[in-house]
Amino acid sequence: MNLAIDCQGLVKRFGAYTAVQGVTFQLPHGAIMGFVGPNGAGKTTIIRMLCGVLMPTEGKATVLSFDVLTQPEEIKQRIGYMSQKFSLYDDLTVNENIDFYAGVYNLRGKIAQAQKTQVIERIGLQERTAQLVSSLSGGWKQRVALACALLHNPQLLVLDEPTAGVDPVSRRVFWDLIHQLAKEGMTVLVSTHYMDEAESCDYLGFVFYGRLIAFGSPDDMKKKEAKDNLDDLFVYYVEHEAQDDPRNRMIKKGGRG
Amino acid sequence: MQRFSWVRFVAVLKKEFIHIRRDRASLVMAIAMPLGMLLLFGYAVNTDVEHLPTVVWDQSRTADSRDFITSVRNTQYLDPDNFVEGYTQIEGYLDSGKARAAVIIPPDFGKNLQGDKQANVQVLVDGSDPTVARAVMTAFQMLGLDKSLQLQSERLVAMGTATGISTPLNIETRVWYNPDMKSMVFNIPALIGLILQNVIAMLTSFSIVREKERGTMEQLVVTPIRSLELLLGKLLPFVFIGFVSLSLILATGIFWFGVMPIGSIPLLILLSTIFLITILAIGLLISSVAKTQLQAMQMTFILILPSILLSGFIFPRETMPKLLQIMGGLLPLTYFLKIVRGIFLKGVGIEYLWRDTLTLCAFAIILLAIAAKKFKKNLD
Repeated sequence: MNLAIDCQGLVKRFGAYTAVQGVTFQLPHGAIMGFVGPNGAGKTTIIRMLCGVLMPTEGKATVLSFDVLTQPEEIKQRIGYMSQKFSLYDDLTVNENIDFYAGVYNLRGKIAQAQKTQVIERIGLQERTAQLVSSLSGGWKQRVALACALLHNPQLLVLDEPTAGVDPVSRRVFWDLIHQLAKEGMTVLVSTHYMDEAESCDYLGFVFYGRLIAFGSPDDMKKKEAKDNLDDLFVYYVEHEAQDDPRNRMIKKGGRG
Repeated sequence: MQRFSWVRFVAVLKKEFIHIRRDRASLVMAIAMPLGMLLLFGYAVNTDVEHLPTVVWDQSRTADSRDFITSVRNTQYLDPDNFVEGYTQIEGYLDSGKARAAVIIPPDFGKNLQGDKQANVQVLVDGSDPTVARAVMTAFQMLGLDKSLQLQSERLVAMGTATGISTPLNIETRVWYNPDMKSMVFNIPALIGLILQNVIAMLTSFSIVREKERGTMEQLVVTPIRSLELLLGKLLPFVFIGFVSLSLILATGIFWFGVMPIGSIPLLILLSTIFLITILAIGLLISSVAKTQLQAMQMTFILILPSILLSGFIFPRETMPKLLQIMGGLLPLTYFLKIVRGIFLKGVGIEYLWRDTLTLCAFAIILLAIAAKKFKKNLD
């Protein structure tokens, strides 16, 4: 089968500290996968390895059939990335930010113009293009950041806590867009703390102490542990794991994302 | 490995120029700081000793003593404007700093001169500032010698033993390059180096540290941009700003301070460019160590003091202890000062400057290589 992400035993160590250990999962094209787990569990580290930014210490992974170890540049050109901090330039206008990222993704001339128009329209930024990013609200900044990540028609969209600190209406609008994009065939990898967002993913990965302790569709996961909702499941996993993991005290000390 | 992409490079370049245009502080720093520093250093770093307040206790009150006081004034070094009676008053003047030197003419001054005897004059010098004291002492010694010779020949002529005396030894000194020995002529060219170093190193380091501080670097890392494209795109605007600063300083130096370069201006600009590249590398290095703009600023300031003291900017390096000479030799500014003063003051060309130029090139290449490597590592 042709997979969007194929992850085999990924390990990342920072010195003596193991941030990620033995993460294995497979994600088909066009699916939305959500990463949930406490802060510092290793979600961001896994995401950064899949983006080709951080080299795994052990294990293999292919993203869009490119090896993260040997072809990170190929991956970077084909994914869109958006992080919890809206990584836009505050002193640039919406238009200038979009122009910059179009250039960074090597788009030029007519193609760049067409892509820009399309993305601005799709995300509804027409009225805002001349505004400085610093004057936008959190929800709008997040949409501009998404626009910048979509300019080059990525096959995989990676979102690291994209909705942290964004109002519920903006969150709803944002997720409607994500589902729309997935329907059109884009694969989405997203980390989140909101259980309603997790609920709407096709696949869920539960990350705890650097390990992927559960992976599957939200319904399957609830059924397996006989829980009514994801909140209960989350709490159950945290308590269950903390109890029988002898290393947790040591790992807790060096916690990092 | 992907190829260098012009599209990505130009995107960074455009963005940087927008940043600079929108950021008032940088603009002000790029234009006002060179001018401010130039005016400040141009006037404050002045080792010319002239018109020092001098106090006189004339006990003789004769035509001879008044003539002597006029000669003191004519040296231009001293202004004998205050007249007092007694040592207590003199002490008061020197203690309070109202006078830097005191001239005491004894009551028998005129009588001794007229009577072909030796007349004495006492001079007290405030030695707290050695530069001033040395200048005052030299002025008085020269004055004494001059006066003595003149009186001696007058006496000899009066005695009828000689006619039209000329001195047996005549030393004719001529000062080259800076004939008026104005410290401004020495300082202004050197300021080009010092100011460029401070302004450009700071602005460059700011521009990269800012991306780290804001978290945008994290975003850039996940894009296909290559470190060389980002690096060049970020540095080039500061080459441009560096040239603006350079022209500003040159113009102010020439038109305001009247310090004209004797040598070739194209050569000056060419060699300044090499120096500018070295400075960009220093800025880049600072940005790879500093985590915040404040830290970057502090690091730049740490660089300023040795640059002023050890590079030969004010004090001659030849008289420094060996260790300090070596430390000064580690500063690119040291070599650029030799170049810029050589061109400005002596009008020499590359035939005398090639050694310093090569050293500067070596600095540029080594620093840039280290900085680029560190920058790349930061990006990964």
